[in-house]
Amino acid sequence: MKTSSTRPQVHGNGSTAFPAGTPAPDFALKSTPDQIVRLSDFRGRLVVVAFYPADWSPVCGDQMGLYNELLSEFQEFNAELLGISVDGAWCHTAFCHDRKLHFPLLADFEPKGEVARLYGVYRAGDGTSERALFVINPHGVIHWSYVSPVGVNPGAEGILSALQELQGQEGEK
Amino acid sequence: MPERDHIQGPIDAPMRLVEYGDYECPYCGQAYPVVKELQKRLGKRLCFAFRNFPLVNSHPHAQHAAEAAEAAAAQGQFWEMHDLLYENQDSLEDEDIARFASALGLDSQRLMSEVRAGAHMPRVREDFRSGARNGVNGTPSFFIDGVRYDGMTGVEELLAALTGEPV
Repeated sequence: MKTSSTRPQVHGNGSTAFPAGTPAPDFALKSTPDQIVRLSDFRGRLVVVAFYPADWSPVCGDQMGLYNELLSEFQEFNAELLGISVDGAWCHTAFCHDRKLHFPLLADFEPKGEVARLYGVYRAGDGTSERALFVINPHGVIHWSYVSPVGVNPGAEGILSALQELQGQEGEK
Repeated sequence: MPERDHIQGPIDAPMRLVEYGDYECPYCGQAYPVVKELQKRLGKRLCFAFRNFPLVNSHPHAQHAAEAAEAAAAQGQFWEMHDLLYENQDSLEDEDIARFASALGLDSQRLMSEVRAGAHMPRVREDFRSGARNGVNGTPSFFIDGVRYDGMTGVEELLAALTGEPV
């Protein structure tokens, strides 16, 4: 499996986030009080998973707001975007409505942070996840991952480069 | 700084500042007089470029405003329209934009028909995509000599970052 090596990987800051080349752990989380989204539903497609600490906090709002504006860019790669935080489904519903977000926010709420822990990006002291990005290939393997300092909006540059790279690889086959 | 950019100051100036901005964004509105002050203080030593990054889900008027500035550019008055838009951020309806165009002595009918037809949409989109790929993470995003500036956006902080001298 060829993996990305050109962009920052997650190990530099002592993070335990799952690195490139690792199978992405499956999960089933609520996107609304009565809808469940499974990672395995998207097998065969590119998936961007964005863990973020919390709904409503200003930087998160910016990050999710930015990705919302970039949905058409992600769609050009036929990539699905999933946001995940420890907030509950009702909270996500209100946040999505307020910010007019057009992609699912998943509630890693009960048991709290279980999926973040699975991906190695839970911040036990804060009770939230890291600000962590994963790009998952059509075979369910992590192609690229990155953990941003929690106060810094990482933007979308790394995601778009990873998607571009994956599209190139799939094209070669 | 590519030829396609709207720039103020000499293209070979020693300091280069690029802003990705949204005409309806209040933080860009706050940054507008800051950039003016930087330009006043640095004169010909600064080349400033503005690129469009309208956040259309948060700001319903931002797209038309961006296209209006590009339509004004087609009539040779990009910066005049850019300034008027930032000085009137609370009045960005189409009729306001038409009024600004008339006030600048532009062919307002032509400008509005270009905006309504989306004639400048590809250009705005091109700016937006370049921003997304270059690391824009919100508005305004400033780049100094091609590197994203993550510091405070006051005059003194930006001046220090541009000149390399401490505040």
